[in-house]
Amino acid sequence: MTTITPSRPAARPGRGGFAHLLRAEWTKFRTVRGWVIAILVATLVTLLLGLFIGSHSHVAPCTDGPNGPACRYIIPTGPGGEAVTDTFYFVHRPLTADGSITARVTSLTEVTESGTTPQGGPAHTQPVLVPWSKAGLIVTAGAGQGSAYAAVMVTGGHGTRMQWNYTGDTPGLGKGAGEVGGVSAASPRWLRLSRAGDVITGYDSAGGTSWTKIGTVTLPGLAPAVQAGLFVTSPGSAKQTSQQITSASGTAAPTDATATFDRVTLHGGRPGSSWTGTSVNAGPDSPYPTGHEAGYRQAGGAFTVTGSGDIAPDVTGGVPIDVLLAGLFLALVAVLVAGAQFMTAEYRRGLIRVTLAASPRRGRALAAKAIVLGAVTFAAGLAGAAAAVLIGIPLLRASGNPVYPATALTEVRVIAGTAALAAVLAVLALAVGAILRHGAGAVTAAITAVILPYLLTAAIPVLPAGAADWVLRVTPAAGLAIRQVIPAYPQVAASYTPSSGYFPLAPWAGFAVTCAWAALALALAACFLRRRDA
Amino acid sequence: MRESLHAEWTKLRTLASTFWLLLAAAALTAMVSAAAAAAVRCPAGGCADDPAKISLTGIYLGQAVVAVVAVMAVSGEYGTGMIRLTLAATPRRLTVLAAKAAVLAGLVLVTGAIAVFASLLAGGLILPGHGIGPSHGYPAISASDGAVLRAAFGSVLYLALIALLSLGAATALREAAAAIGAVLGLLYVLPIIAVFTGNATLSRHLEQIAPMTAGLAIQATTGLNTLPISPWAGLGVLAAWAAGALVLGGILLRSRDA
Repeated sequence: MTTITPSRPAARPGRGGFAHLLRAEWTKFRTVRGWVIAILVATLVTLLLGLFIGSHSHVAPCTDGPNGPACRYIIPTGPGGEAVTDTFYFVHRPLTADGSITARVTSLTEVTESGTTPQGGPAHTQPVLVPWSKAGLIVTAGAGQGSAYAAVMVTGGHGTRMQWNYTGDTPGLGKGAGEVGGVSAASPRWLRLSRAGDVITGYDSAGGTSWTKIGTVTLPGLAPAVQAGLFVTSPGSAKQTSQQITSASGTAAPTDATATFDRVTLHGGRPGSSWTGTSVNAGPDSPYPTGHEAGYRQAGGAFTVTGSGDIAPDVTGGVPIDVLLAGLFLALVAVLVAGAQFMTAEYRRGLIRVTLAASPRRGRALAAKAIVLGAVTFAAGLAGAAAAVLIGIPLLRASGNPVYPATALTEVRVIAGTAALAAVLAVLALAVGAILRHGAGAVTAAITAVILPYLLTAAIPVLPAGAADWVLRVTPAAGLAIRQVIPAYPQVAASYTPSSGYFPLAPWAGFAVTCAWAALALALAACFLRRRDA
Repeated sequence: MRESLHAEWTKLRTLASTFWLLLAAAALTAMVSAAAAAAVRCPAGGCADDPAKISLTGIYLGQAVVAVVAVMAVSGEYGTGMIRLTLAATPRRLTVLAAKAAVLAGLVLVTGAIAVFASLLAGGLILPGHGIGPSHGYPAISASDGAVLRAAFGSVLYLALIALLSLGAATALREAAAAIGAVLGLLYVLPIIAVFTGNATLSRHLEQIAPMTAGLAIQATTGLNTLPISPWAGLGVLAAWAAGALVLGGILLRSRDA
């Protein structure tokens, strides 16, 4: 035992040695029937549950939307491909070249509607403050849903703003703390939108003499002939978000906003054209709550315009594609069991002594195990997740669910991210197994660290929102954020809670937290593996 | 049967891990419950909170540790080969399983009673300071309230039934890691799947038959009409799961070589 060889043996593990280690670990993995079955079951469960949800899910508005059945509703998409709601009342004239539009807003009030009369109007209206009601000037490529646009507006509670192409938002006057930004005849607000080619600049002013530029935006490919005019819209109150489709709701009360504009001037309008009122909306199938009072009156130089809806990203009406990956949670159980056992079985069978005799540099043996396990899980997860999402989306659509559009990049992030998350968590379970050297203990620790936090914050929200956010920031469950499809938008009022599918961390930040846990566990495992006798 | 009970009691009692795991189950339950109570804020009152249910949040975590104790009571014997000695000493295998179930249920009932008492005590002390107490119109957490008593006794029974479910699963699967994975998957994952089905009817049915969501209906003291299943019926569903697991485990125990 104490023989000392003067020169290092030729079989010293180098790069080739590590390849041998990988091969050995791969052989161990693929020859244990239970682990192969676990990985196959994980893949299959992800796929089958995706198909099941795709064909069995029925969003509530599909059967009883506020405006009747909404089964064939297709969510409009904006210029960036994101889901949008594009509903407002528009008093407009064609703008055929460069020009500008200016107006003064002297009032903006909102009412909430309840009940319906036999004529289809609201039975009762009640004054209410809608912080994101909007009244102002807009230049839009057309009245089609999801058209490119730029607008300046006063809002019910967020001051003057310039918004463009649904997701863009810049504050103007009245953004200071405590300033509600409400307009009145005593303190009106002047707005101006000027257009040069496809560049649009928004201004606001308190007195109409000194103008402040809010922002300049480029709407690529804007046609020479556009529509410019006044718009008013007001989102439903008490909106609920619905990334998780069971909570999809059309229960928000519709609101109407009414604004008064005067001193309206349009430069560059087509000569001889007159103001036209158009109700821009997504049709009767839209689940978005809209009021019934839309219209406009023109008296002297003043316009009184009433509108309902929103020009904004849609966070309420659709089904995000990540619901198709619900099987991940079942798959994770199988993966965590296999991952923990990949390590603890060696201790139970005594194989670890052979493994460590063959690879005396113990950290390398652990690394080889982690790489093999991670790669196998990633490949299996990728197959399952890709099939579930790609086959599930047409099924979801065919069963009448409005599916949120997702860019190819988002789809790749959700699918590959889910597979990567499964791989990282499998490695975490492996490392916990190496630390505890006890199969049941390692599996319990891994499942309670990964699945239980998600269960208590999102699925059965027993924890209050503040605590839930905190839990999803620091536990290994933070990585589940990689599945979030629709981001939270500050300019859309909604309850962005974990139970509505919104994670407190950005997708990659959440994933990084999980990776940090896995790295920490691996480091501890390597340390223990070196220090302890096997 | 008496010898069997004595044997199982001696085996469980003399295993150091049993004591520490049960202590951990009680401590974790009480700690998570207290943390949940401390995290709830309702200064203005009028929140739809159920004081007893919040005070018993720790059961969600405590049940996992209880499940480990139950699984190890069987799988530990398979891991060490002890099971062959046990079955040689008591050839009537169902007697072994029944004795294990009885001893385990007794231990978990005691542990659960301590955990539930500590949790409710913590909730009763913390919650009123956070706007969820009798001064804001909420029912006090007291032993004279029938609904609170139901939640308390029900939660203790819940833990015992989880132990029996885990025992049955471990007897059927033998492998500790696989058994605990199956039990925790059944408990934790079914409610998540229910949320994602996107089909209200299907989701409600899943919540009615899933052992955790059905069983924990017993914790509700307010808003009983919004529950997927009534409290005692829910605990009955969990009891059916536990009985099913024990029967399956018993059949497999009798029919397989150890």
